[in-house]
Amino acid sequence: MLEIENVSRVFAARKGMFGSTPGVRALHEVSLSVRKGESFGLVGESGSGKTTLTRQILRLDTPTSGRILFEGEDMARLSPAALRALRAKVQIVFQDPYASLNPRMSVHDIVTEPMLIHRATLGLNRQQRTDRAAELLELVGLGPQHLYRHPHEFSGGQRQRICIARALAPGPSLVLLDEPTSALDVSVQAQVLNLLIELQQRLGLTYFFISHDLGVIRYICDRVALIYRGEIKEQGETQRLFDAPESDYTRSLLAAMPPDVGRVAGR
Amino acid sequence: MTDVSQDSRRSARAEASRRAFYRFRQSRLSMVGATMVAVVLFFTLFGNLLAPYPEHVRGGLNTAERFQAPSLAHPFGTNELGQDVLSLVMAGTPVSVAAGFAVVLIGTVLGVVVGALAGFNGGWIDDVLMRFSDLMLTIPSLILAMAVAAALGPGFVNMIIAIALSWWPGYARLVRGEVLQAREEVYVAAARAIGASPARVLFRHILPNIVSPIIVKMSLDMGFAILTVAALGFIGIGVRPPTPEWGTLLSIARNYMPDFWWTAVFPGLAMFLAVFGFNLLGDGLRDVLDPRARR
Repeated sequence: MLEIENVSRVFAARKGMFGSTPGVRALHEVSLSVRKGESFGLVGESGSGKTTLTRQILRLDTPTSGRILFEGEDMARLSPAALRALRAKVQIVFQDPYASLNPRMSVHDIVTEPMLIHRATLGLNRQQRTDRAAELLELVGLGPQHLYRHPHEFSGGQRQRICIARALAPGPSLVLLDEPTSALDVSVQAQVLNLLIELQQRLGLTYFFISHDLGVIRYICDRVALIYRGEIKEQGETQRLFDAPESDYTRSLLAAMPPDVGRVAGR
Repeated sequence: MTDVSQDSRRSARAEASRRAFYRFRQSRLSMVGATMVAVVLFFTLFGNLLAPYPEHVRGGLNTAERFQAPSLAHPFGTNELGQDVLSLVMAGTPVSVAAGFAVVLIGTVLGVVVGALAGFNGGWIDDVLMRFSDLMLTIPSLILAMAVAAALGPGFVNMIIAIALSWWPGYARLVRGEVLQAREEVYVAAARAIGASPARVLFRHILPNIVSPIIVKMSLDMGFAILTVAALGFIGIGVRPPTPEWGTLLSIARNYMPDFWWTAVFPGLAMFLAVFGFNLLGDGLRDVLDPRARR
């Protein structure tokens, strides 16, 4: 479903009047493939290139080299119209639910906006969009009574549910989850993770799950890749990787895990 | 104690604005400013109707009663033409306030357009637009206004155009900075990720979030705009007599100082009231709307 082939991203060196910054190699020859219906985990520490990679997939940024194929199509070659249509298929939930909702918009406007933008593809009129927004809110554990509230009236966990509803609104097949629980309280983390698992089963979604929390990854993901300084160090089935790590980096990472990891989500 | 069920039904947004209003009321200076602005706005709307000697406002004169000192019949005295100064000051309010407001409004619109384009697009567009607005900032507004008056002739509309031309760069800089900041917000990235067009991102996600500092600056600038309008009237290239305007009134009264002080003092006081009021109001609004700038 999603093929990432030898993607590199170098942020160019800058020479300015007041000093220079050297070039940064944020991603180096990254190759991954995500299969339909699975949860693919990407683990890495801060600054390892996780977020840069999501920006490439969303085409908020352009790779220096390499290709990204979604359902067999090279995203770089799509016409602007085709790219817009494709954006309905690939959605993202960001890490910080406090920053990722526009404070001036009501929940209704936030959740219906993707449907408004993709109305040509989805074919929903105003009333249908509002109805669907109410359905989506119920799907993520909120309700129609929350439609006309504003983001600041919600807790972190509720906001993340709104973000999930917004991501589901255009009917995506792939959802990128960029550390969707790391900004939340531990008790709320489990609720949101369980919601994500439930949604995946009901809607047949494919997840690309980014985290630095190995416990969460182990709980959610079928396969996992480790990224370190912009390079993929190891990838494979989650269970295999946890049981028999191949690279030194994976071993040191697993050794650094607190002993009760894997039970955080309270299965 | 308030009723709990009613409290929970009230939306938090209404609650927030109620609190902002409360904080605004807590500051005595802000309330003084708001009151002064209210008085000025009252005379802007009704000054012409309430003037006790409307015929003087239209240019009528009464040479028998020249230079009367303030009295019950003429609380602000009369001028060199025997006109009631109170009537002229009241009737001058709409002219000054409308001119000031027009200047600020035109300046804001131009500044928002330029600043938003520059900040949102970045790159060479940013460089060109901002160097151009820097260039405009280097031209003193009074000199520019004189040049425009010389080219287009003096008059109300030309004066407003002239001042607005030197007014917008301040807004362009403010808006550009705010847009640059807002552009990096996560919700802007989220909007782009769901496929929002650049126009949609700018109008729906960026501009609504930078309204507060613009409103504060508009309020602070109203006073200065009124002052600039009066300054142009004073040097004789703004509003022409017999239309009563505070600056023009002062300019004529200057010849009769200090013996007939009331002809100059009362238009000056009116100006003081308007400028000071808008400044206090702007400071108060800034404290409420833009907490980062609070001292």
